[in-house]
Parts: sequence; C-alpha cells; structure tokens
Amino acid sequence: MKLSILVNEGPYQHQSADSAIQFTKAALEKGHEIFRVFFYHDGVNNGTRFAVPPQDDRNITDQWTKLAEEYKLDLVVCIAAAQRRGILDENEAKRQGKDGNNIAPGFRISGLGQLIEAGIQSERLVIFGD
Amino acid sequence: MSEPWEDEPEGPVRKFMYVNRRAPYGTIYALESLEVVLIAAAFEQDVSLVFMDDGVYQIKKGQKTEGIGVKNFSPTYRALEGYDVEKLYVEKESLESRGMTTDDLVVPVQVFDKDQLAALMEEQEVILSF
Repeated sequence: MKLSILVNEGPYQHQSADSAIQFTKAALEKGHEIFRVFFYHDGVNNGTRFAVPPQDDRNITDQWTKLAEEYKLDLVVCIAAAQRRGILDENEAKRQGKDGNNIAPGFRISGLGQLIEAGIQSERLVIFGD
Repeated sequence: MSEPWEDEPEGPVRKFMYVNRRAPYGTIYALESLEVVLIAAAFEQDVSLVFMDDGVYQIKKGQKTEGIGVKNFSPTYRALEGYDVEKLYVEKESLESRGMTTDDLVVPVQVFDKDQLAALMEEQEVILSF
C-alpha cells in the first residue's frame, strides 16, 4: 500500500515522533511504500540536527536520517511552521538573513502543498499527534 | 515567479475533511489548521471543515485578543468562501453544550448532530484533525 505519514508533535516532548518512526520502519519492512513523511506544527523540530539528547537516550533526528538514507524516504518539513520555530536550511537562512542553518541530513523544507499532494497521492495518510 | 512548493500536483479530486477540535488560542493548532485549509484550497479538492468540541470557539463572533497579545485570526474564516471552501459543519452537541447558537458564529454553517457527522466522516478519503 502507498502510505504517507504526518508528524504533528515535537520529539521527546511527545511520543508521536517515536511512534511515527516505528510505524514507518515497520511499514517499509513489510514492503509498503512511503510516499512522503511530512512534519507540521512542533513536528518540524524533528528536523533539527542541533539537538543533542543524552547519550544513553535515542536520537530521534538521527533515526529519521538513517531511515531516509536506507529507504530513500522523502522527509519534508513545513516551511511556514519551520520559520516560526527556527528550523532553517541553507537557502532559507540566506533568504531570511540568518547566520546559520540547522536542517538535518535527509530532511528538506517545502510548503504545505506537499502535505496536500501526499493526501491526494497516497492510499492512506497516517497521522501521529494529539 | 512561483516557488516550487506552490506547484499544483496532478491527481484526482479527493474528499478532504479538516476537523477543528481545539480552542482558537492557548495552542497553535487552530491557526496552523487554517493555514493548511487556505493552502489546500488551491488544489481544488472536495473540502469540508468541521468545528467540534472547543473548536466551535474558533468561529465565535466578537473575539478580542489584545489582552493576550495574540493576533485575532477569526476574520480569516470569513474569507474561506472566496477560496471556494463552503462546506462548513458544526457539531450540534458541541454548540449547545457551550450555550451557543449559529447566531454567535462569524460564518454560515450547517449544524449536524454527532451521528450525521459520523456518516459524513465515513464518506471522506483524507481526514486531518487539529
């Protein structure tokens, strides 16, 4: 089945990021296709490479990055939500006159249209969050 | 020049429903839900909006937000008609239990009870709940 995933909550604060990773991994291992993973609301915080969780804890962003590398996943962070919360790629940092960027490898920043497209193109949109 | 995320994807028309369940202020869900609906309107899908639980407060008349230092975005709901988003539903039980009637709302809506809404939800292909 062709699926897309929507992650609406930030990492660590809420279990939805962990659940989304576990679901995505399980779906891929069962041979399902993941058309896109979209990050919205505080979910965009999944995409910062500047988070440094304690070493004996999981690193949620690294888990996404590794999953994206292994399965060529499309991880998309919403640009409007990202701008509010300080998640920037090189282009956005330049555009907004900021002195650095923090997007993690495997993630890209794009618009809400990518979420709607995921809803149109996928057989199921599976949502993680409250 | 259009940005890449503004490109409309090719695809069939699907039934999208946005379910607004939370108060307009206190969390960002209501505002960011409205942002999704506005962007989504460009994709010419079959869109329905539902307001239930505290979500009915999102479209209440007379919102004054100066005291909390947050922008009052309720006038934007009146612009939805201009985006051809015309199917707005309010859950009867939510409205009544809060002592409200449709006269208290900034936009015209259809009032459905929970069984009618459940039937409407059953028809949808993509449901986004905020």
